[in-house]
Amino acid sequence: MSLTRRSLLAASAATLAAPAIARAAAAPIRIGEINSYTAVPAFTLPYRNGWQLAVEQVNAAGGVLGRPIEVISRDDAGKPADAIRLAGELLNEQKVDLLAGGFLSNIGLALSDFAQRNHKLYIAGEPLTDALVWEKGNAMCFRLRPSTYMQAAMLVPEAAKLPAKRWVTVAPNYEYGKSAVKWFQQLLKAARPDVEFVAEQWPALGKIDAGATVAALEEAKPDAIYNVTFGGDLTKFVRQGNTRGLFEKRGVVSLLTGEPEYLDPLGAETPEGWIVTGYPVNTDTSPDDATFKAAYKAKFNEMPKMGSVVGFALIHAIVAGIAQAGNTDTNTMADKGFPGASFATPFGRATWRAIDHQSTLGTFVGRTALKDGRGVMVDWHYVDGANALPPDAEVRKMRPA
Amino acid sequence: MAPARGVSVLAAAGLCKSFGGVPAVRGVSFAVAGGEMLALIGPNGAGKSTCFNMLSGQLRPDAGRVRLDARDITGLAPRRIWRLGVGRTFQITATFASMTVRENVQMALLSHHGDVFRFWCAARHRHVAAADALLAPLGLGPHADIAAGVLAYGDLKRLELAMALANAPRLLLMDEPTAGMAPAERTALMRLTRTLAAERGIAVLFTEHDMDIVFSVADRILVLHQGELIAEGDGSAIRADPRVREVYLGTGATSGGH
Amino acid sequence: MTFLLLQLLTGIAGASALFLVSAGLTVIFGVTRVVNFSHGSLYMLGAYVAWSTLTHLPATPLGFAIGVLATALVLAALGAGLEMALLRRIYRAPELLQLLATFGVVLIVQDATQAIWGAEDLSLPRPAWMRAFVAIGSERFPAYDLLLIAAGPAVLGALWLLLHRTRFGTLVRAATQDREMVAALGVDQRVLFTAVFALGAGLAGLGGVLALPDGSANLQLDLSVITDAFVIVVVGGLGSLTGAYLASLLIGVMQSLGILFVPKLTLVMVFAVMAVVLVVRPQGLLGRAAATVREAAAPPLVRPAPRALRWLAAAALAALIVAPLLVGPFTVSVLTEAMIAVLFACSLHFMMGPGGMPSFGHAAWFGLGAYGAALAATALAWPLPFALLLAPLVAGIIAASFGWFVVRLSGVYLAMLTLAFAQIVWAVAEQWSGITGGDDGILGVWPQGVLARPHIFYWLTLAVGTAGALLLRRALYAPFGYALRGARDSTLRAESIGLPTARLRLVAFAIAGAAAGLAGGLSAYSKGSVFPTYVSIGHSVDALLMVLLGGVQTMSGPIVGAFAYTGLYDTLLLATAQWRLVLGAAIVALVLVFPQGIAGATLPAWRRRAA
Repeated sequence: MSLTRRSLLAASAATLAAPAIARAAAAPIRIGEINSYTAVPAFTLPYRNGWQLAVEQVNAAGGVLGRPIEVISRDDAGKPADAIRLAGELLNEQKVDLLAGGFLSNIGLALSDFAQRNHKLYIAGEPLTDALVWEKGNAMCFRLRPSTYMQAAMLVPEAAKLPAKRWVTVAPNYEYGKSAVKWFQQLLKAARPDVEFVAEQWPALGKIDAGATVAALEEAKPDAIYNVTFGGDLTKFVRQGNTRGLFEKRGVVSLLTGEPEYLDPLGAETPEGWIVTGYPVNTDTSPDDATFKAAYKAKFNEMPKMGSVVGFALIHAIVAGIAQAGNTDTNTMADKGFPGASFATPFGRATWRAIDHQSTLGTFVGRTALKDGRGVMVDWHYVDGANALPPDAEVRKMRPA
Repeated sequence: MAPARGVSVLAAAGLCKSFGGVPAVRGVSFAVAGGEMLALIGPNGAGKSTCFNMLSGQLRPDAGRVRLDARDITGLAPRRIWRLGVGRTFQITATFASMTVRENVQMALLSHHGDVFRFWCAARHRHVAAADALLAPLGLGPHADIAAGVLAYGDLKRLELAMALANAPRLLLMDEPTAGMAPAERTALMRLTRTLAAERGIAVLFTEHDMDIVFSVADRILVLHQGELIAEGDGSAIRADPRVREVYLGTGATSGGH
Repeated sequence: MTFLLLQLLTGIAGASALFLVSAGLTVIFGVTRVVNFSHGSLYMLGAYVAWSTLTHLPATPLGFAIGVLATALVLAALGAGLEMALLRRIYRAPELLQLLATFGVVLIVQDATQAIWGAEDLSLPRPAWMRAFVAIGSERFPAYDLLLIAAGPAVLGALWLLLHRTRFGTLVRAATQDREMVAALGVDQRVLFTAVFALGAGLAGLGGVLALPDGSANLQLDLSVITDAFVIVVVGGLGSLTGAYLASLLIGVMQSLGILFVPKLTLVMVFAVMAVVLVVRPQGLLGRAAATVREAAAPPLVRPAPRALRWLAAAALAALIVAPLLVGPFTVSVLTEAMIAVLFACSLHFMMGPGGMPSFGHAAWFGLGAYGAALAATALAWPLPFALLLAPLVAGIIAASFGWFVVRLSGVYLAMLTLAFAQIVWAVAEQWSGITGGDDGILGVWPQGVLARPHIFYWLTLAVGTAGALLLRRALYAPFGYALRGARDSTLRAESIGLPTARLRLVAFAIAGAAAGLAGGLSAYSKGSVFPTYVSIGHSVDALLMVLLGGVQTMSGPIVGAFAYTGLYDTLLLATAQWRLVLGAAIVALVLVFPQGIAGATLPAWRRRAA
């Protein structure tokens, strides 16, 4: 936790040095990585562990195209303007072959726009905004994680199975929250024309007035609740909801809540039976997942989180694109390398889609439960991202020509 | 000494002001003529400052009128009244600490000439000669380039006077102009004021605690007590007035102190 | 009806939480006049210390009480340490400099907290008694919220007794009115101030620990709490504890009832309330006219730049002009940003230094200019010159119309009203997605044609930035600037020599807004995008830091401060993962070495040598 970036870089440099020297010292492929390390450390520190592990593995296996890979990492402090400046530094000073990273949606969009402008690939890891590959998509930008739309779409089949007719929503009052609610309402109404949304709450991000929000939702006497809050807001919401009995005898569908980043802080207060997207970190979901978890635990002496998977998969997804391209020329990578390239992740294989540059990495849908005073995900199943996307015709309509 | 009997510059009629129901000034009327030195005296709390603030626009009278020349200036804002030719000094000096002595006067001159909303020309090169001409008679010439913020108190008082004179006023309102100065300085300042007033035909209304100064420089004296004007006249008339004696001597010498 | 009652109670419980956060801040401000930006950090530390303490204590009410007390004491000790090590040394520095120092502390605490407790949110396991509820009608109300409802008035009462029934309290109240007087009475001010700081920090810790059972200790607490605390203190009236409680009630209840009717307005509710209160009652609910702070040094004499400085500036400008020929594109982009920062800082300095109007919301004008230019460039497809011209116009016109409310206030009240307005602009940027793109911002605002080449755009920025800074400077040395400074030095004197002080301040406010808007327009093109972060509090704080770091009372201060701050920030961001720690420490060190700002400290020395 208290390692400096320098010592980490030094460590990863040392691990890749040995095989690289053995292989006639091929120049490394340089990946310029930017993320909100100081602004969102709870996600980005496990994420950094994840990509470091992957870099180590890739290089130990001989790198890609016979060259080792090297990640030059930068902290954007949570500000798009800083991210743009650092992207310039990575491009012009560090001469990176492509850009990667991002957590916040607006930083992802800023980097994508920058990448298009400077004709460099940008591989977004975490940013969830749909606009990244649809309304504001461009040839230079690829995105790994299932988007807001996909996450909502994965939950809708489960939500539609609930008998509930009266729904309420609670979401942070910004773009992510708004589109998460919009898609859920739209898709659920399509699946279940008989449902109605009777109330909505929009707490300010990081400033939820949890007691009042819970009481206002309770007052609407809903059958089910759709939640998009996360982090500190979620903890407050859950605690007030538990005390006031908001979740009793009600279906709750909750975005991202199964991710260890957000589930762990709920601790013994984790409400049971919520339908969530996330990562069942306490059980091995597949042999690949088991291998990943073991390697991760051996290296960092802690369990991986969702961020770890994103960081780890991001490197493998990039390597797959480069391998298929056969070189690191931007046009080749964008046109031939990444589209259609398939890669292994702890969740299973995924592919870069040609149509919108979204990867088909999926996520787990399951229910929350309490085990030994901690929140866990049970009854989970993996939803392939490919099955949570709209038909191609609709995607084409959304994406600028 | 014969009082200067010029045309009346300022005329106050029936001024009244109360604060929270407590009357501070009750029906005060007087006039002051060009070139005349009129002193307003009275014990602490007599209503002198309230009177002053109504004349210069800091306070709006509850009743009564103030006329400058023939014009009704009752309730006008201080800066409007200044524009009509009323200069003012304060009991506790108010100057611009971040400017030099000369710049303080230049500021007043800039305002007088309507230059305030100019954004391009360098202010410190404007009205230099005029500023120095105002500073010289007050003995501030040697201090012209010193920051007003570090000036000695007596010099600050003189600087205020210089600023008050910058718009060639018809009337000077001086609230305790010599408070805080050394005795020798006080007389010198008031004599100088008197000379300037006479030369330029300025009417001067001042309050003062130092009776020696009042009697030696004032042409006429107004005595205020509990918000009311109880006496008016030249020095000898005031000295002889029984009510004034009662107020000043009967209520103890402390109220005349400073 | 039960429901409304319940919501009211929830609001009152929320009010207690707000009051606990703000009580310490208002006590500290009342006595020391320090705008303690690190108050939120103390609160955050309170939550973390409480977590460490309470997880080792039995989960009984008694264990909780012990933990609460222990946390408050630990924080009081930290507060005393902070006062003795840092603030004590800078009480005589210009207004708001303490804000700069405490901002350094905020940065240090962020990194230190993460190093000690880790990045993950830490939540306290709640025993059954904390999770209990009472039934009101058919509804449930948390028992712990009842405890909170009682805690607000209890703390208020205890503080009242402390302030009115002890010698310490008498001194504190006297110092709130007139701290010179207390000094004259022979009381050791240093001990008094340390004690007050300890009290304030202890209250912050108390707020942190009492909020812990309802949420978690996390690294976002400091900044999320500090603005609320400032709002409460200002709405209540600076230094007034009862006022702070009333303000907490007003805002807490407004919020809990407000979300029933207008759930989307949660972003601005607090700031809208503050704006209304400040417009209607400029001194806050129970505030009195600010006590005079006579010991504050008189503003120093302003002189034209010495000849040597002009040569140095000319040389620096020449170096900046040829720079793109010598350095790489990244350095050019850094210099482009530095020039934008210079214009931004100069615009704030214009109103804050000579104008005497400090702003906590200067990013509003920067953001309005940036959005104006970005919308003109994208939605209207205007060419760059026109879009860039629109930026200062939009910002200036809106500043002029809003300024009417602002210029009637002064000091921290004025600063907070600008903050309220900036938050409203920010909320509009976030909410009005159809126009502003909301959080996703506006993209693709890149310059076209020859300006697309980074060094050409840099030269444009250099030209516009330098021209803007020089024009502002010229205006400050012109009669307008003198009159503005006069209105700041002595409003009484200014009015009595015919200066229209309110109009002068309004014009200065509009000019500052327009110049900031121009900087925003340049920034939109330089980054190719505009986001609500441009209007964020953090960005307003950046401007303040640059001005204070350079020296608010010197004409070259903002320029020096902008280069120093952006240089320091950009270098550290690249150099170390612990950049917040190092930047915070550097700010604290600079404040201690140069309390008058960098330019403020070096210029007089220069003049002395030249003389």
